[in-house]
Amino acid sequence: MTNPWKKDFPILHQQVNGHPLVYLDSGATSQKPYPVIEAMSQYYEGYNSNVHRGVHTLGTKATDGFEGAREKIRKFINAKSVQEIIYTRGTTTAINLVASSYARMNLQPGDEIITTVAEHHSNFIPWQQAAKATGATFKFFPLEADGTLDLAKVAEMITPQTKVIAIHHLSNVMGTVQPIKELAQMIHAVGGVISVDGAQAAPHMRVDVQDLDVDFYQFSGHKMMGPTGIGVLYGKKALLEQMEPIEFGGEMIDFVDLYDSTWKELPWKFEGGTPIIAGAIGLGAAIDYLEAVGMDTIEEHDRKLATYAAEQMGQIEGLTIYGPKSERTGLVTFNLGDVHPHDVATVLDAEGIAVRAGHHCCQPLMRWLKASATARASFYLYNDESDIDALVKGLKKTKEYFGHVFR
Amino acid sequence: MSLDDLYRRVIMDHYQHPRNKGTFEDGTVSIELNNPTCGDRISLQLHLEEGKITKAMFTGEGCSISLSSASMMTEAVKGLTYEQALELVDLFSRMMLGEDVDVEKFPLEDIEALTGVAKFPARIKCATLAWKALEKGVNEHK
Repeated sequence: MTNPWKKDFPILHQQVNGHPLVYLDSGATSQKPYPVIEAMSQYYEGYNSNVHRGVHTLGTKATDGFEGAREKIRKFINAKSVQEIIYTRGTTTAINLVASSYARMNLQPGDEIITTVAEHHSNFIPWQQAAKATGATFKFFPLEADGTLDLAKVAEMITPQTKVIAIHHLSNVMGTVQPIKELAQMIHAVGGVISVDGAQAAPHMRVDVQDLDVDFYQFSGHKMMGPTGIGVLYGKKALLEQMEPIEFGGEMIDFVDLYDSTWKELPWKFEGGTPIIAGAIGLGAAIDYLEAVGMDTIEEHDRKLATYAAEQMGQIEGLTIYGPKSERTGLVTFNLGDVHPHDVATVLDAEGIAVRAGHHCCQPLMRWLKASATARASFYLYNDESDIDALVKGLKKTKEYFGHVFR
Repeated sequence: MSLDDLYRRVIMDHYQHPRNKGTFEDGTVSIELNNPTCGDRISLQLHLEEGKITKAMFTGEGCSISLSSASMMTEAVKGLTYEQALELVDLFSRMMLGEDVDVEKFPLEDIEALTGVAKFPARIKCATLAWKALEKGVNEHK
């Protein structure tokens, strides 16, 4: 069966190094369907204008597009109010905002931030540095061999000193989904907050921030078919209201006096400067696209592909797969015998197959896995089994090639 | 673009049987360099005496290109003056940029095998890591 969505993604219909492109790096960034590209060019061609300040017609249209996208995002993650949706440059900026504002305002020596070694650097360093700055203790939930958490062990670590849990929803290396709802219940029982890096989860599964009962949730547009440069911080209104902005400038002020200023109400108090207007409109179009397909369909599709890939790749002798045996979403991280992942990625690239190789911005996790680097194939809606068959064929060829040159 | 341009037999030989891999006691300088985007890492030790490099050894983690390049570099620089070593770094960098350099100038014939890396832009940083470590070590000491 041919993939019914692939036709919507113009970039996928090209040859790379003489072969049809097989794009298996959506974990790094996803491709964009026509409606997203068109929504952004329509903005630039038809109503490019600054938001919130112009009295003129284009300004009103731009503001409607920009704030309309915020409402789409609110609905997409089921937040209570658009005031809880802060536009950021991406997941990294969104996490830094929480770690710089909330954590530094609320933590003191003796308090604890708990995370895991499986975090992407962008959900690791901001907390590490917040701990250093406030004197809080930086701790790690122990990971099981497959990257999952044992909630009994987790429960033992959470105490009234635990003020923040900072954790990924879906691992960009292991494909593991963490039990966010349970963690939220545990941390709320001791009066702390949970901040969740949803960069990998938001593109692949339905996220309901009210059901999960998370305090903060961050994700990026570009990994979910939207453009780069736009991301989202969700925060509970009561928490966002007590937080101070960390960027000051136009758009975010209420009244500016010589020696003091006051801020606009949420969400704009965190959005200093001319915002990412085309990016927000593009993300809104991406959400329309995702919703039209259906997040449940997408989740099932990506899960099936990852399972199929793990099965097929697992049959290659000498290939190691990292992460859980089942319940894997959207990606397979692996190593092919002694062949370095860069070499694997170069041979695959010569076949038109794009995979990621390296430490995936997860140096602590690579040390935990005792691998200096790994290769990763990640999947999305526009991939199908034929892409995985091409990958498996490419991997066999890689093995054969290095078997030959190594002799 | 053929893979055989990149993975020449001599490169794979240095990768599988690296020369000067390890550490030694009386090093004059030691340099640690990472390629933070991909995780490659090299630790280079040099023994410098009377303006010359008398010994070079390395340890590290990386792909075939980065480790074979380190192996070749440590072979090539032995006995060179600081100036000669820096000239070699420059020559190698220009070769990686695809410039038509005189490969006869390399004191080790094997290095010519790395010319193909220039056709694989994503891999140039792999090849230059060890040479950057050499440059840093010599500049720190001279």
